[in-house]
Amino acid sequence: MISNFAKAGWRFKRPSVIPGFGLTLGFTLAYLALIVLIPLAGLVWRSASLGFTGFWNVAVDPRTVNALKISFGTSFVAALVNVFFGVIVAWVLVRYRFPGRRIVDAIVDLPFALPTAVAGIALTSLYARNGWIGHLLEPLGIKVAFTPIGITIALIFVGLPFVVRTVQPVMEEIRKEVEEAAATLGANRFQTITQVLLPGLQPAILTGFALAFARAVGEYGSVIFIAGNLPYVSEIAPLLIVIRLEEFDYAGATAIATIMLLISFFMLFVINLIQAWSRRRYGYGT
Amino acid sequence: MALDQPRTKDPTAIARHATTERRTARYLLTGTALVFLGLFLLLPLVSVFVEAFRKGPAAYFAAFPEPDALAAIRLTLLVAAIAVPLNVIFGVVAAWAIAKFEFKGKAFLTTLIDLPFSVSPVISGLVYVLLFSSHSLLGPWFKSHGIEVLFAVPGIVLATVFVTFPFVARELIPLMQEQGTTDEEAALSLGANGWQTFWHVTLPNIKWGLLYGVLLCNARAMGEFGAVSVVSGHIRGLTNTMPLHVEILYNEYNFVAAFAVASLLALLALVTLVLKSLLELRYGTELRAAGGH
Repeated sequence: MISNFAKAGWRFKRPSVIPGFGLTLGFTLAYLALIVLIPLAGLVWRSASLGFTGFWNVAVDPRTVNALKISFGTSFVAALVNVFFGVIVAWVLVRYRFPGRRIVDAIVDLPFALPTAVAGIALTSLYARNGWIGHLLEPLGIKVAFTPIGITIALIFVGLPFVVRTVQPVMEEIRKEVEEAAATLGANRFQTITQVLLPGLQPAILTGFALAFARAVGEYGSVIFIAGNLPYVSEIAPLLIVIRLEEFDYAGATAIATIMLLISFFMLFVINLIQAWSRRRYGYGT
Repeated sequence: MALDQPRTKDPTAIARHATTERRTARYLLTGTALVFLGLFLLLPLVSVFVEAFRKGPAAYFAAFPEPDALAAIRLTLLVAAIAVPLNVIFGVVAAWAIAKFEFKGKAFLTTLIDLPFSVSPVISGLVYVLLFSSHSLLGPWFKSHGIEVLFAVPGIVLATVFVTFPFVARELIPLMQEQGTTDEEAALSLGANGWQTFWHVTLPNIKWGLLYGVLLCNARAMGEFGAVSVVSGHIRGLTNTMPLHVEILYNEYNFVAAFAVASLLALLALVTLVLKSLLELRYGTELRAAGGH
């Protein structure tokens, strides 16, 4: 059997003297199926059993549409802000030496380590009317807490490290000779950055944007405290899932979850495409 | 603040001019980055502790002997003590299969392992609600055998395992791929069996990467909110983890107690960050193969 495959040039596994392939792969697949694949398949199956009309009714419900719009809108803005400042932060950390640089570098990972609920109540206390930042913005007529701006602030917090940590290693790889060559050919510093360095960073920046965006769309804990959660105004899609569940409207919750899941898989696919494209074009992945 | 040249020690000003910005631009960019990080990351962290101590240390410390707070702390530790080892075993086993062998569909398998990262925490909880609710296939069966999964500890553990699933594996896979198989082949040819090879050769090679993964996995396991919130049922003293307890206290306008419990979680985050930075500093080159996030 195996020799037949070998003759045909197709082999599932390259021969190796290292033991344990069957055992470890079997365990990996079983655990993956039990914890991740079967539960996710259950969601899709449940959603399919709603039928097209059942699914469509939830999908075009104005409250669902608004929640999805708010989630994707605020996530998009937050990811844009994160790309702008994340690239600056990464550049400063890679290129400049200043006292406390290592501490600043460590703090970038804070949103990965700080529980989202803690971030949520902290941001709310900062941006509430009597908070440190809120009371400065109040006289200017800017309300942050309990509005979509507050949601965006929370999503900026959550998404920043994705951009910095994606762009930073690629910046470290940039060889100084490239910049010297550009300068030798008469480019000024601004031209070197915008026409030589930034194009090379493009795939990493796009990946960072997509990762921050994907994370923001699904975010729950840090947002619900600051959002105010007004239906049609500041209610995000993950919260609407929770509300439907609390109403025992499992069909509604499932349909919204399926829409979100489809969109995040599409995002995952796009990220993989960007990385494949970048590997082909620039010889590295991010 | 003195901003020195990076890397470049070239004596000529021309070379420096070619590879870095003018001094004003450097100061401006550094200032922008620091103000942004201070405003968006550092200030929220500081405010946790300020709010927690707003009414003095007595009010702060009064938040912890509460039976509900103690129960929440115990439950959080219990859930992490089950979820983290499970994912460590999975991570090591999966990394062995993926990094030490060449087989078809490997890239796809790696993508599947990363899947929980791209699923909203709320959906991670929802899938278990659908699986174990009383209208589902599995729910009534477990119930008839006297096992409560939803709104009980097993459901919280399952949801936590789901959201922390990829942490250890994704740290170890690139690290072990980088290290290759020559060490293991040498051990095997000298007569070691598979287990001895893993225990005495592979494990010492990956221990820092493994610790790094455990650290991140644990931080997420103890801090998870969305997924756990969906499956927990919020029963005070029974199914409330620390993050859920923070939410309840906050919604009851018991701000000092909420921020006091939150400050414990913030301390956990700080310890995680410090250990992570120390590992990166000490074993940076070893870990770098594993890449960032």
